[in-house]
Amino acid sequence: MSLENRPLTYSLAINEALKQMMEKDPSVILIGQGVKSPWYVGNTCKDLIETFGQDRVIDTPVSENGITGVAVGAAVVGMKTIVVHPRVDFMMYAMDPIINEAANWHYMFGGKSSVPVVFWGIINRHGEQAAQHSQALQALFAHIPGLKVVMPATPYDAKGLMIAAIEDPNPVVFIDDRDLYGMEDHVPQEYYSIPIGKGEIRKQGIDITVVAISAMGPLALEAGQTLEKEGISCEVIDPRTLKPLDEDLIFSSVKKTGRLAVIESAWKTGGVAGEIVARVAEECFSFLKAPIQRITLPDTPAPMSRTLEDAYYLKLKDIIEKIRSLTKG
Amino acid sequence: MHSKDFLLTLYRTMFLIRTCEESFVPGIHSGEIRCPVHLSSGQEAIAAGVCAALEKNDMIFGTHRSHGHYLAKGGDLNALVAEIYGKEKGCSRGRGGSMHVLITDKGYLASVPIVAGTISLAVGAALAAKIRKDKTIAVSFFGDGAAGEGVLYEAMNFASLKKLPILFVCENNYYSTHMPIRECRPDDTVHTISTPFGIPSFSIDGNDVVGVYETAKNLSETIRNGGCPAFLECRTYRFRGHVGPDDNIQGSHQDIRPQEEIDEWKTRDPIPRLAEYLKETFSINEGEFAQIHSAIENQVTQAHQFAKASPYPDPLELTRYVFRK
Repeated sequence: MSLENRPLTYSLAINEALKQMMEKDPSVILIGQGVKSPWYVGNTCKDLIETFGQDRVIDTPVSENGITGVAVGAAVVGMKTIVVHPRVDFMMYAMDPIINEAANWHYMFGGKSSVPVVFWGIINRHGEQAAQHSQALQALFAHIPGLKVVMPATPYDAKGLMIAAIEDPNPVVFIDDRDLYGMEDHVPQEYYSIPIGKGEIRKQGIDITVVAISAMGPLALEAGQTLEKEGISCEVIDPRTLKPLDEDLIFSSVKKTGRLAVIESAWKTGGVAGEIVARVAEECFSFLKAPIQRITLPDTPAPMSRTLEDAYYLKLKDIIEKIRSLTKG
Repeated sequence: MHSKDFLLTLYRTMFLIRTCEESFVPGIHSGEIRCPVHLSSGQEAIAAGVCAALEKNDMIFGTHRSHGHYLAKGGDLNALVAEIYGKEKGCSRGRGGSMHVLITDKGYLASVPIVAGTISLAVGAALAAKIRKDKTIAVSFFGDGAAGEGVLYEAMNFASLKKLPILFVCENNYYSTHMPIRECRPDDTVHTISTPFGIPSFSIDGNDVVGVYETAKNLSETIRNGGCPAFLECRTYRFRGHVGPDDNIQGSHQDIRPQEEIDEWKTRDPIPRLAEYLKETFSINEGEFAQIHSAIENQVTQAHQFAKASPYPDPLELTRYVFRK
């Protein structure tokens, strides 16, 4: 096995992206609650303080609004800032600097000032964590002009998209899923980035297009493999970036398959899945052979108790069933 | 003892701000100027005094009421007026208007109308200065209304914790839009809020431009050398309404504040106050003042002519600048 392309977990792939960017560019700083605590951020920030010092890797008091504003202000004056929110839920305190300030900034100042900041939010599903520790709120950010939103689903993409997010001169919301942190895959050791706005076909197929967001990617692939044995050929697409969406990739797939299911572990109403479906309905209507299906969470806060939680999250067998039903006839 | 030239510079800055602010009134009334315009007439001494104490690369962040900060930091008058008319040659290319002005090369990073919205950003600029060790400082201007926002307290705590070079300047004009300060706070002062964070706090007469300058100069040097924040409350009053020339509530065009209060504050107008001092100390005569005034009035008239003659943004460029390429 070459050192250049060795297995690495998703969380350590993020760690490598942060390390490489901090080495490469002294203006890169990381700030946020828990950057020195694996309890908050897993091993994504491993060795960063030791390597780059407390001036550039800044653990903060619990002040999401203030600290996110600090990250935005430092970016306005030329730093490349990453601000981490160990749970997306906690970012709600920071909506003013994210939306009112950073997202609008470049436009409202006529292109004369910009905000190279990464708003990194971690989704923590499962574990009986209930309503305020489990939310997937990417649709809120995808709604906002001026924000880019990426959700990597593999270790390779986690590294490449974190690097791309840091290098982008605009505010980028980087949302990962704690469920993916242990996923291992081959990740090149050298620096590389993945273009924001480019999706990827994870599995070729001809009967139905399955767009799977973030941690739903691995489930969709598994579903696709199971269905293959039944003679149902799924084309699985990972959009990787939710905004700007690689709609051409999705459109050309749907034009080929004539069917679409979108899987998102987030609420149905106003979700990104709904946005993808709407665009396909606008652009590919005459190609469709079956109704489009969103496979999402119910419009319900995340429950605690295991019986409810089990009923809440998407499971492989439900996904398989729904895809199968779309391909009948 | 300050030199005559220096004091005349402060005078010119204040007179420029006042003349510029007042020049928008007819255009607002006629509808030619439509964006929300928050005039700072009466509060000029704070912008003039603080900005005179700063270096060119010091980084300031403002508010909805920030034309004065912009002009005092050396912003181009034509670009300010054109911005307020919504023109392509405005400092924000007509995309921001009165509430979103900046000077890209003189340390005026931004003003925005979200109350307290730029305070944490200014702390971020101070953090950047500390990391870069470039000896610049950040200044955050905000009003007394911002003292009601939690982010101010988060920002002060972090600035103190990390010993960041920032001057918090609270312009206490005793009104948060329509609300008198005593309906917002148990006390009518603001400066004590920094004390629990270990940030030295000062409260001064914000209509005394020399006093503002001297205090800001001392504090900015202490901050620059020692790298610790300070809090400066400047007590002042706005002569105009919260937004626009007056408090135009359903066409009433009346100020909601007591007339006696307004009249009393007008006796403390910072501009005639400095003029009196200049006359007494340097025997400057009316003729010299008249020359200064007419030169500035001409500049402002020309800025309006420039703005009116400038093109509006092209509608085909509606979606330009959402992202930086």
